[in-house]
Amino acid sequence: MSYLELLKLASPEAVVVLTALVALSIGFLAKRATSACAFVAGLGLIIAIGAVLLLPSNETLFGGMLVISPLTSLFKIICLALAFFTILLTQAEKAPRHPGEYLALVLLATVGLMLLVGSEELLMIFIGLELLGLSLYVLAAFDKIDGRSAEAGLKYFLFGSMSSAFTLFGISLVYGMTGATGLAAISTKLATTPVQPLLAVGIVMTLVGFAFKIAAAPFHLWAPDAYQGAPVPSAAFIASGSKVASFLVLGKIVLIGFAPVHGSAGWHAMVAGWSPVLAALAALSIVIGNLVALAQSNVRRLLAYSAVAHAGYTLIGFVAGDREGFSAALFYTTVYAITLVGAFGVVGVVRRETGGDDFSNFSGLVSRSPLLAGCMAIFMLSLAGIPPLAGFFGKFYLFSAALHAGANHALLWLVALGLIGSFVSLYYYLLVLKAIFVDASSVAVAEPMKRMRYDSLQGATVTLLAAAVVLLGVMPNVLASRILAAIP
Amino acid sequence: MIAWTIYLTFAGAVLLLLLPRGCARWIALLTTVAGLALCIIVFVGTPIPDLAHFTTIVRVPWVPALGMNYHLALDGVSLTMVLVTGISAVSTVLFSWDVEHRQNEFFFWLLLVVAGCYGVFLSADLFLLFVFYELVIVPKYFLIAIFGSTNKEYGAMKLTLYSFFGGMFVFVGILIAYVSGGSLDLNQLSQFEFSPQLQSWAFPVLFLGFAVLAGIWPLHTWAPTGHAAAPTAGSMLLAGIVMKLGSYAALRVAMNLFPQGFQMWNKWIAVLAVIGIVYAAAVALRQRDLKFVIGYSSVSHMGFVLLGFATANALGVSGAVLQMFSHGVIAALLFAVAGRMIYRRTHTRELDALSGMNLSHAMPFAAFTFVVAAAASMGIPGFSGFAAEITILIGAWKTYPLAVWIAGAGMVLVAAFTLRALTQSFFGEKRVQAEVTTVTSLNWEEFNPITIPEKIGAGMLMLTTVAVGVYPKLMLDRIMPAVEMMRFLK
Repeated sequence: MSYLELLKLASPEAVVVLTALVALSIGFLAKRATSACAFVAGLGLIIAIGAVLLLPSNETLFGGMLVISPLTSLFKIICLALAFFTILLTQAEKAPRHPGEYLALVLLATVGLMLLVGSEELLMIFIGLELLGLSLYVLAAFDKIDGRSAEAGLKYFLFGSMSSAFTLFGISLVYGMTGATGLAAISTKLATTPVQPLLAVGIVMTLVGFAFKIAAAPFHLWAPDAYQGAPVPSAAFIASGSKVASFLVLGKIVLIGFAPVHGSAGWHAMVAGWSPVLAALAALSIVIGNLVALAQSNVRRLLAYSAVAHAGYTLIGFVAGDREGFSAALFYTTVYAITLVGAFGVVGVVRRETGGDDFSNFSGLVSRSPLLAGCMAIFMLSLAGIPPLAGFFGKFYLFSAALHAGANHALLWLVALGLIGSFVSLYYYLLVLKAIFVDASSVAVAEPMKRMRYDSLQGATVTLLAAAVVLLGVMPNVLASRILAAIP
Repeated sequence: MIAWTIYLTFAGAVLLLLLPRGCARWIALLTTVAGLALCIIVFVGTPIPDLAHFTTIVRVPWVPALGMNYHLALDGVSLTMVLVTGISAVSTVLFSWDVEHRQNEFFFWLLLVVAGCYGVFLSADLFLLFVFYELVIVPKYFLIAIFGSTNKEYGAMKLTLYSFFGGMFVFVGILIAYVSGGSLDLNQLSQFEFSPQLQSWAFPVLFLGFAVLAGIWPLHTWAPTGHAAAPTAGSMLLAGIVMKLGSYAALRVAMNLFPQGFQMWNKWIAVLAVIGIVYAAAVALRQRDLKFVIGYSSVSHMGFVLLGFATANALGVSGAVLQMFSHGVIAALLFAVAGRMIYRRTHTRELDALSGMNLSHAMPFAAFTFVVAAAASMGIPGFSGFAAEITILIGAWKTYPLAVWIAGAGMVLVAAFTLRALTQSFFGEKRVQAEVTTVTSLNWEEFNPITIPEKIGAGMLMLTTVAVGVYPKLMLDRIMPAVEMMRFLK
């Protein structure tokens, strides 16, 4: 294998790294070149998407360190697209102080995502996680004037590095017990040897590390502050791209690497393995996330707690543990990511125009900007799982996959919990919409109706994302069949 | 062709968002009239034998991996429900002619509800049916919370949460049916033999989930609050069609898919239905707010629908379907009088206050309409309510004679509260108290006359209830064969 060939296979990553460097140097040379930087960054991402499309369809290098398959290509494209939308969101913010650095960090985080997505080897996954994590810590703390941003960055960093320690320790134990770091090799080893306690500790620790990353309860404590305090685009990226890649990797680790120690989470039929662990995480996340979200009066905090609940729903797909469950979980998390980027787009405008993101800042949005209000309604209702939006199909897919999995509807308890959770969630999403649509009159009386100002790019981004959410709900086949076909 | 009712209504709704205000009500009217016209053409044009089977109209693969199809079908039962949706929709728009505040948005939500209702009644795919079913609920929230009156935010939230509470059970039931039966096609699933053990618990889950929306006792409390809080159009649609979504889906899905489960539980449905009939009627007797009276009367009338289902014979179930049609028209009429004709002019719905106003002189047309509606609601022969309820009671006589006696007593209560509401609202004796008389004498000369749209809307609804009341065969001929094909009859 020559370097040229390697470079060809890693060309998307290489393009993004180059773009990051270019953006950085533009920012360095011209202090106020916000839009030029963003243009370069966006262009780089589009070229990278093109490069992904040119990749061969199947290739595995160095025992899984770099894997190219339809699945990885699809999710590289999704991650690049999410990064693209995040960059569009940065344009709406009041010009950040160091646009070049900010965009370069977003791009480096994107490289981290792509490494995570395109690897089936634990060391490489860890490197991807660290690259992603370190970029995101800085992104969260990027608004130096805002104390909350610093708090968000510090909390995210402390919890994140802790989780990295867990993951690394878990990986080392798994390596120690199986002698391999490639997922496929681990799987063959596990299939032949009985599970020892130390290995079980290793598996649980690896899972705990990822539970931090996806903000599953009880490892979610960083999420509310990070979502609320970080600059809006950073929060959007933490909630979207980072989530999607983490779920994909977690899925690959448990379903490929730890496949032989699946266990069972069925009611009255628990068998030790990773799936009862994930089931417990899922149940706890659904309960805690939804109940705590009920008490929130800040939209970003509310989104953070609801993210915990959504992580819980997504985990149900992994607990199901088969191809369909994996595909449903990936569909769900992708839709969730798109929805959240859109929601943060609306939050960004409201925050800039009204100076905050509490419910009261949203009241009367419908008369100030019908477009943003309509898009926010689509995002919230999709999260609540109302048809015909994408979130609804996602839930249906996820829950039907879970019921399919166990014999005799063994996972019905988890599905029922998920449904109760989404019933509870409806109430708080409706509270947001109530502020937007119903509380309009009170504001209109208090101050004369002032229209929201937002540039057309911002409006177009949010509209596009809302349209995607509707489209994926009406024609879920567009994405669902692709994901299902890409999973071997 | 009937599928176009759905597309047209959705298209109308989208159009309302794009066009400037001013022509909103005309677009809404045009859309709903076109929908009604399609319904009537199909109603007249489809030969009756064709309506016995749940015949596919459209079937397009939707998500092949999960076996989902965009699948619409039509039989006598769904045609009846589609027709009443069309009629209610047109009259609802006519009775909302005076809406000025956020007009486009109002009609947008309204058309979404209507389109969703058409969709539910025509769906032949479980997933599609559920999509439409849940789609109806959110617009209702906005319709009530933004445009409603008394205690609107509370009423809207209560109604929405109750609906989704039911929806949660429906979701479980649908998933179970899908995963066990391996299909989402209602026709295929209704041929599938689910194990009796599964049916014994899946049926009540699914049935109760749907029945929440049909106002089954004791989960009915959302209905009076929601009806009272809703704007006139909201109450008309809610009582007229949306409550029928619950009962229709209970029939089409729960009872049809899990016949053995239904056999196990139908006694209990009858018990709940009878309690609902009597309890709601008794509560209605004590209400002071005219809309609450009508709201409870809806619960009572829906009790008859559930009783008809519980009989498990063709006559009782057909009667129940006819009752759905009939009540759809009558409830719309009652709410139109209470909400539009009375409340918009007097700004009160308190029976005590109304009784001093001598409204029958001020608004003779409204009084006439209300008398007709009340007579239909009480079950006076010659109106659709009588035809439906008598069919249900005959059907029930075969299975539950005791229930017939109790329900009969309930009908007396219905008559009592309806007459009470009628006399107090329109034919109240002039009070001697000075303050009341001054208020009324000031007001009633200045009441706006009943407008043309109101007259057309009321006339249409009255005509329907009389037509079906005089000639119930018109509907029953189409309903009966379809019901007889259903499997739960054995």
